[in-house]
Amino acid sequence: MSYLLKRIAFYLFTAWAAITINFFIPRLMPGDPVQALITRARGQMTTDAVQSLYVLFGLDKDESVVEQYFRYLGQLARGDLGMSFTFFPTPVAEVIGDGLPWTVGLVGFTTVLGFLLGTAAGTLVGWRRGSLADLLIPVTTFLSSIPYFWLGLLAIALLTGPDSFFPATGAYDTSLVPGFDLEFIGSVVQHGILPAATILISSMAGWVLSMRNMMVTVASEDYVTVAHAKGLPERRVMVGYAARNALLPNVSGFALSLGFIVGGTLLVEIVFSYPGLGLLLFQAVGAQDYPLMQGIFLVITLSVLLANFLADLAYLALDPRTRREG
Amino acid sequence: MAVITTTEATPVAAPAKRRRLRFVANPKATTGLVLLGAFAVLAVIGPWIAPFDPSERGGDLMQGPSGAHWFGTTHLGQDIFSQVLVGTRSIMFVGFLAGIVATVLSVLVGVTSGYLGGMGGEGLSALSNVFLVIPALPLIIIITSSLPETTDLTIALVIGLTSWAWNARVLRAQTLSLRRRDYVEAARATGESTWRIILFEIMPNLTAVIASGFVGTVIFAVISEITLAFIGVSVSSGWNWGTVLYWAQSQQALAQGAWWWFVPAGLAIALLGTALSLVNFGIDEFVSPRLRGGGRTSVKTVDGRTVRMRVGFTPVLGDGTAREEKP
Repeated sequence: MSYLLKRIAFYLFTAWAAITINFFIPRLMPGDPVQALITRARGQMTTDAVQSLYVLFGLDKDESVVEQYFRYLGQLARGDLGMSFTFFPTPVAEVIGDGLPWTVGLVGFTTVLGFLLGTAAGTLVGWRRGSLADLLIPVTTFLSSIPYFWLGLLAIALLTGPDSFFPATGAYDTSLVPGFDLEFIGSVVQHGILPAATILISSMAGWVLSMRNMMVTVASEDYVTVAHAKGLPERRVMVGYAARNALLPNVSGFALSLGFIVGGTLLVEIVFSYPGLGLLLFQAVGAQDYPLMQGIFLVITLSVLLANFLADLAYLALDPRTRREG
Repeated sequence: MAVITTTEATPVAAPAKRRRLRFVANPKATTGLVLLGAFAVLAVIGPWIAPFDPSERGGDLMQGPSGAHWFGTTHLGQDIFSQVLVGTRSIMFVGFLAGIVATVLSVLVGVTSGYLGGMGGEGLSALSNVFLVIPALPLIIIITSSLPETTDLTIALVIGLTSWAWNARVLRAQTLSLRRRDYVEAARATGESTWRIILFEIMPNLTAVIASGFVGTVIFAVISEITLAFIGVSVSSGWNWGTVLYWAQSQQALAQGAWWWFVPAGLAIALLGTALSLVNFGIDEFVSPRLRGGGRTSVKTVDGRTVRMRVGFTPVLGDGTAREEKP
């Protein structure tokens, strides 16, 4: 139990650190943060936008940094992330609320599925070291070096077109009314296949490699040899003895690399114009919409923290040692 | 004392020489190093040998690959081959500078927190965990977006300063396991100073870990720089492969069937990434021989049965009387 409490304390601390970083980054820049952003936008900023920046940074009132900081925390606690000026006058929280379900659906589903498939493939490749399965390694190396978004571009160029089954943009047919009916869900699945496949292919590769390496290491452990000597079937030794132990580092690796994977998958959304947080971030960057950028950064960070916590729970269930020590 | 040092010196020097040769003899490492060398050469001479000025507009708009324009042209008639060539320098510069910054930071944080332990060590370890969990790419995006201007130098620094955490964690774990080894205890007992122990006893044994961490960070930095350019955060900072892709995306190259606009840059990224990964595999296999792809593992026995060898197993290939039972 104390293990779990420690983890929760760590996540709370990290969440606080992310919020504090978010608060200080624009203020650490030389000069007035709003002026800096206006310079960057080369004057292409409306007065509304400038005003919403001053409100966001709390520079509209005469306050010290400490007061600004606590007011910022208070705003966050009420779910107030400021005003977006790409979608003026919609608040950032609402804009993000519209995009979040799509990202959680696409990225969440494919990341977990990619991990499971990659681990299963890695188990087989590692167990059959030296067989034809080794040929998978150079292929996965190449795939894992390709940026996710470029694979998406390639998929669009090769597989979509006027007559193709796969649509190149969007998350559903815009002529349909969103709802829980068969037609709409079918359209969502149809639009989701290509982006999902892109993320799956590039995220799987890494798991295949790391699981393969763990399997090779574990396969020479004494308990595996003993299991063989007992005459247990090959399958059982592979799954119940070797893979079970090789899985643990992979699960903790999964938790740690979530932050990297999410960054890559956001780009797939941009390529496919999938209406999630990635596309929003892209629009925010294009319009120098700083409040929206900050809000997306916070929401992504908090989601990754939550996912990390879930991965910790999975680790707890898989490794009896963490439970006994607690 | 003198006797001990001389007997120590000779056996250490000899295998070190042989080992270095073995690293180059590894086919994966060699392929990776050769590719990497080619990219390094292009980074230096790229802008000189480029047939056109990458920003110069020409008369051939949106042309496919031809003798004059090897990778075709853009909507403004710019030569894509020159853009990719010129962009190599920025990619290699950012990748390696960010890699160096992150590696130095990770060594400082990782080794210090691993060796010192106590409150300071725990604090540094918590700091690297925090940086590890916060998604790197959105963080880099908001930092570079609030900078007054973006150049290759600032991008490299931002990436380097935010991506050291993973290596710091690995180095801390390795240092923790090294610091209680007998030879470190012996050095401590003979009264060596803490800094001498860290620099001369522990660091040499971390070389492989540091090297593979460096290569990993370079891969990450290259991908990050391309991503930043691709989403338009740093388009103004000059040509790199991400900028090429940014213009391809924003000019709807895909809808117009201009595959030549984004395929070369993407393949260049994949090739550079593969080269770096191969070097990393070489390092991994060098450190842990079990990971090597051990050649032939299927052996035919005298009576024609095929036996597959596995790590930890020594099949006895007898003439049938002492045959190993395999399922």
